Amino acid sequence: MTIDVVGVTKRFKTFAALDNVSLTIRTGELVALLGPSGSGKTTLLRIIAGLEWPDSGEVRFDGEDALSRSVRERNVGFVFQHYALFRHMNVFENVAFGLRVRRGADKLPEAAIRAKVNELLHLVQIDWLAERYPAQLSGGQRQRVALARALAISPKVLLLDEPFGALDAKVRKELRRWLRHLHEELPVTSVLVTHDQEEALELADRVVVMGHGKIEQVGSPGEVYDNPATAFVHDFIGETIALPGEVKGGALYLGGRALGLDPQGVADGPARILARPHDVDLADPSASAISGKVLSVRTFGPTRRADVQLNGSSGPVVVEAAVPHGQDLAPGTEVGLKPRRYKVFAA
Amino acid sequence: MNALDQTSGHTVAHGASEGLPSALEQSHTYATHRGRPVRTEPRAVRIVLTVIALAFVGLFIGLPLVTVFYEAFKRGWQAYVAALVAPDALAAIQLTLIVAAISVVANLLFGLVAAWSIAKFEFPGKTFLITLIDLPFSVSPVVAGLVYVLLFGSQGLFAAYLQAWDIKIIFALPGIVLATIFVTFPFVARELIPLMQEQGTAEEEAAISLGASGLSTFFRVTLPNVKWALLYGVLLCNARAMGEFGAVSVVSGHVRGLTNTMPLHIEILYNEYQFVASFAVASLLALLALVTLIAKTILEHRLAEEDR
Repeated sequence: MTIDVVGVTKRFKTFAALDNVSLTIRTGELVALLGPSGSGKTTLLRIIAGLEWPDSGEVRFDGEDALSRSVRERNVGFVFQHYALFRHMNVFENVAFGLRVRRGADKLPEAAIRAKVNELLHLVQIDWLAERYPAQLSGGQRQRVALARALAISPKVLLLDEPFGALDAKVRKELRRWLRHLHEELPVTSVLVTHDQEEALELADRVVVMGHGKIEQVGSPGEVYDNPATAFVHDFIGETIALPGEVKGGALYLGGRALGLDPQGVADGPARILARPHDVDLADPSASAISGKVLSVRTFGPTRRADVQLNGSSGPVVVEAAVPHGQDLAPGTEVGLKPRRYKVFAA
Repeated sequence: MNALDQTSGHTVAHGASEGLPSALEQSHTYATHRGRPVRTEPRAVRIVLTVIALAFVGLFIGLPLVTVFYEAFKRGWQAYVAALVAPDALAAIQLTLIVAAISVVANLLFGLVAAWSIAKFEFPGKTFLITLIDLPFSVSPVVAGLVYVLLFGSQGLFAAYLQAWDIKIIFALPGIVLATIFVTFPFVARELIPLMQEQGTAEEEAAISLGASGLSTFFRVTLPNVKWALLYGVLLCNARAMGEFGAVSVVSGHVRGLTNTMPLHIEILYNEYQFVASFAVASLLALLALVTLIAKTILEHRLAEEDR
């Protein structure tokens, strides 16, 4: 099912949760809404679901107006952040709920309900937990129950609100792959809300980066990581080092010194030079425009990073740079920095 | 790639060689301290405090309870039963049961509605409503009774209207029920509000997103989630409704066999020096208290279990 969000605005009192947001989600896609808390991503998801109504704008499912339909009638599967399993029902009854509340012609006979629930429990690999209650399950198992319950109503749209937020790192990784696999098996369009960039980049076909109620960039995981459209996206996705620069007469300056870097079309005025730490090389201080003093060197896993305090900049600026293996850096050493890849944005 | 492997290999080896002795050291420290309870008071102080507490409870709660039953059975079984089957006593018991039944059902419905709206929705005046629900706890029951007399009595605000339609409220069943409802008003709502607030609205949203109607959501999700707390509130409400004296005393008029509830009947019997009969009826209320206590303990256990 294609989902069209057109010019949606939503305010909570004076706070604009969504500011004229437009987005198209194609049939069968898995899209991640990625952003920090307060960016409006959950509000957008809840508006698509029908749990929240926009102040203005449109939501269309396959071209048809969805706002005139309540959440009951939209037939969307919603997986809640803390699962919201029915605590007084066992796993089987939780999954069966969506089938049991049907009325009239849609009502299934008991045998059909049992068959469908068992099939779903098998699909999410928790057949053996059918008699348990939510309180007796681990986080990962609850997540699977929530998913099976949402899938019971055969939704064409699956909406997931921070589905892995409450799980520990190892289970999270495992479930992530499994969810991706499940999405490919089912005829469903999925929208996932997350604040975890790794999750979004690994899972999604397309990533929608949101900040302050607006969409900053929509693109494939590769695009948003390698080619961030705005400084916000660069900051939010991946690690970023930032230098406060200035563009004067088409050249880039840092603290009054010409850097010899391409201003990338940014107009004259203050600018921010952004780069990934692993795209910055250490160089001979006398031969590079950016130089500074090593404050400390930290090792985590296979990488080593140096905190470098820059010379000549206004105010203390500390950046991280990758230290090649085999190079010893004592704190206090003067080093030069050479960004191999970088982006320049007007500040 | 090679360089990376070397780095990580080095880190692991380093961590392992250092981590092992420190872990051993820690478990050693734990072992020597284990088994020594963190308590500072000497044994004597603990015993004295426990004895004082037990003596206090025995003197002020245990002894009166025993006395009630002792006085009731002073003249033997026959006198006890005779006191209970006396027409006035039976009428009082019947009236008390009717009043409690109506008040409990009324406050059950009100408590559910109030707790549901307060916990699941935002609306203006919410804080005021929560405060208002607590009012009966802070107002003397006698004042509550008096308010109803001033409203519905023969000199009251609605007197002319009530007379015209020949409706009797004060010195009749409706007045007693009204006063009892007022006094027992907060029990169910107070029990449900915090629980419902804690449970939030996520399960209801889930139910509706799965296609359930509002009513179906209420009966399949909301109500089962609070059933033990609801029962607990009803239990306390019932105990208070049957035992209420002050408010009912003001509005009842003390008509024997007609508007006397059990507490009022006990007082009358006592004032007429019919001690055995008085304590016999009182023993029923005491028995109710004991049953309530046991049921309350069971329910608290169930509530704690659900909380896990």
